[in-house]
Amino acid sequence: MDGILALAAANLISPVILSFALGVAAALARSDLTVPEAAAKALSIYLLFAIGFKGGAAVAANGIDARLVGTLIAGLILSALLPFVAFALLKVLTNLSRTDAAAVAAHYGSISIVTFVAGTTVLESAGLTAEGYMVATAAVMEAPAILSALWLISRGNGDDEMEPGLWREILLNGSIVLLVGSFIIGAVTGQDGLDSIASFIVAPFTGVLCLFLLDMGLVAGRGLRTSARLLGAGAIVFGVTMPLVGSLAGLGAALLLGLSTGGAMLLMTLSASASYIAVPAAMRVALPEANPSIYLTLSLGVTFPFNLTIGLPIYLAIARFATGG
Amino acid sequence: MQTHPAKRVEIIIEAPAQRRLVRAMNDAGIDAYTILPVLGGSGRSGRWSRDGQVSTASGMISVTCILRSDRLDGLLNAALEVVERHIGVVSVTDCEVLRAERF
Repeated sequence: MDGILALAAANLISPVILSFALGVAAALARSDLTVPEAAAKALSIYLLFAIGFKGGAAVAANGIDARLVGTLIAGLILSALLPFVAFALLKVLTNLSRTDAAAVAAHYGSISIVTFVAGTTVLESAGLTAEGYMVATAAVMEAPAILSALWLISRGNGDDEMEPGLWREILLNGSIVLLVGSFIIGAVTGQDGLDSIASFIVAPFTGVLCLFLLDMGLVAGRGLRTSARLLGAGAIVFGVTMPLVGSLAGLGAALLLGLSTGGAMLLMTLSASASYIAVPAAMRVALPEANPSIYLTLSLGVTFPFNLTIGLPIYLAIARFATGG
Repeated sequence: MQTHPAKRVEIIIEAPAQRRLVRAMNDAGIDAYTILPVLGGSGRSGRWSRDGQVSTASGMISVTCILRSDRLDGLLNAALEVVERHIGVVSVTDCEVLRAERF
């Protein structure tokens, strides 16, 4: 218990978390501090490219094995099944409509790449590493949850038709294309490729992450300020319970696969995180009737800060305990 | 200066629906329009702002189209199919244009 508290305390005073806290505080205090849309997008492109490239280079160094394939399949299954767990939990804890509950559930089956990145920095500060292909697992886990949510809705409506072209848009979402593409470039060019651009994608990484999290804090704080009234106590309980449930599912898969402590922690983090980039955009197209204020505020205003501040140290402590690492 | 009457249609709609709206307009034979980003606003679905947004999910766009009145119904029917399910506003106003043959 002391270990978890020490980790949580160290995590809370890291530049990354304090930047997020600054953003939330500024938004709640109604400061005029903003990050322009184009700058926020540029920061996210940098982070996706860097994390994908570094993951690909790690795979190039360690090679491809059966565990890699198994982890990708596990990620796919977790992403497809977690929305059903989330949907059932929402039905128990909240009085959200079927459409809103399905839209929220899709977010919790998919992943947050920034939570994943923050997880890797927590791992690094604990002196641990993870399998490089966890980045590819993150990419695989982005989309299946959307299909599950649409199935939940179509089952309720008795309507099995899916809009033509929707899947193309979901699978070719910019964040997935960039993550997979940079992962492939990293895998092809290997350590030499990474060394040649390390001064750009390794050294400034944490600083850029701080700025991005400042922006995330501003967006989350604004969402909480304007939309918190839409969330009842049940929804907030869901927002902190579902990550714990998801992380345990991720831990089970990691133990079955025999992942390292770092790999187990990252699979837990992926399973615990909720999307706020790819899935909200997909939901606006596929389920426009769902209220975006509910799923964005839950994902970004409740679950993201929970994971960032308390969740990550807990997942690391549990992964250490379960894997003996 | 000689001016000619025309209709100005402004459609404010969620950014993720942009591609669908443009496709529907093209299918209806409307291929002249202007798309502008919208900074922020407030409506029945709450407040929103472009600031800091990474995803297009929270963004809105404004599609403006100026055309002859006899083409108006074609555009509105095409637009309504897309706009109906989404957050947004469709408005039509009278305007004057200088070069009628372009509309």
